[in-house]
Amino acid sequence: MVEGFSWSDEVFRVLREGEVKQVAYVPDAGHQKLIQLFIDKNDIKHVPLTSEQEGVALLGGAWLGGERGALLMQSSGVGNVINMLSVPYECRFPLLMIVTMRGEWAEFNPWQIPMGQAVETTLKAMGVIVLRAREERLIGETVHSASKLAFEGGRMVAVLISQRALGKKNWNK
Amino acid sequence: MSIPTTNVTLQRRQVVTKILAARKDELVVTGLGAPTWDVASVSEHQNNFYLWGGMGGAVSTGLGLALAQPERRVLVVTGDGEMLMGLGSLATVVVQKPKNFVVIVLDNERYGETGMQQTATAFGVELSLVARGVGFEIARTIWTENELSEATNEIFTARGPMFFDVKVQASDDPMVLPEKDGLTLKHRFQAQFLGQKKSLSEGKQ
Repeated sequence: MVEGFSWSDEVFRVLREGEVKQVAYVPDAGHQKLIQLFIDKNDIKHVPLTSEQEGVALLGGAWLGGERGALLMQSSGVGNVINMLSVPYECRFPLLMIVTMRGEWAEFNPWQIPMGQAVETTLKAMGVIVLRAREERLIGETVHSASKLAFEGGRMVAVLISQRALGKKNWNK
Repeated sequence: MSIPTTNVTLQRRQVVTKILAARKDELVVTGLGAPTWDVASVSEHQNNFYLWGGMGGAVSTGLGLALAQPERRVLVVTGDGEMLMGLGSLATVVVQKPKNFVVIVLDNERYGETGMQQTATAFGVELSLVARGVGFEIARTIWTENELSEATNEIFTARGPMFFDVKVQASDDPMVLPEKDGLTLKHRFQAQFLGQKKSLSEGKQ
């Protein structure tokens, strides 16, 4: 866990200022602090999912009811959302996804690599705009930009947070 | 096609007619396939949002809507095949405990749009027990007209979340196709919220 102020604090602030009212997630170690910030503050609905595809549908329903949302997941979860992206595609629902990457930088688990390598291609094949944040200092402004593209531009947008920016997974904590 | 006869007597269109006859300002989300045709045929309404795709996502769509509009009751009307693809979403609902949320499954034990192949519910899987298992306090299988009457009353008055699996005949009803353009359906549905403070965030589009 990053000490002191981190990208998680910044993204937390960006999403709140962006009037996000529902945050849906399947946990990832990279999202651990951000998720905890929402749980602790508890003034925005936080929705743990059993599968990432639920989040795509959930946030479509939220938008129908006038609320903005964000979906937090690991890169492996991108594989679970592909067909459900048909719904925001067809209805032009805004969709903001924040994806912490595995399988692309100093990955030690080979099982993470296939999906990690396919994330950008598959998202783009479904019409999602992909923004990459390769350094920690760029994560906040990238999410801010993605939020504008999603909610004001009316598009599906994914921010891929590089494993390089997150640091290696620590299995001893 | 010969369908094995069972003791199912309820007809899906009559079930939907009976339930939605009582609607006032409730919001209705339909799962793809026959439930969309059923609702469109008996209760075409601005407050309906018809899914034509996204199989497995009806309950989740309804949940997001119910969380965004807590003062409005949200009814998800879907089929057994669609529900089976999104069983996990029932667990997600219970974590949120939306008191304004109702799931109604029209269960003909078939995949109706693809050749009437049997679903898992034809082999003894009981969706209402799944719902009960994940924590829905009100979750029942409906077989009879009397049970349907009781459920209809609860759908509009009881505290959610609640789940009703209504066993219906494997009938072949006329297709009634509503608007299918997603953007049009979205705008039609959202028009009712114009003027709400909450929709200001949409006004920035």
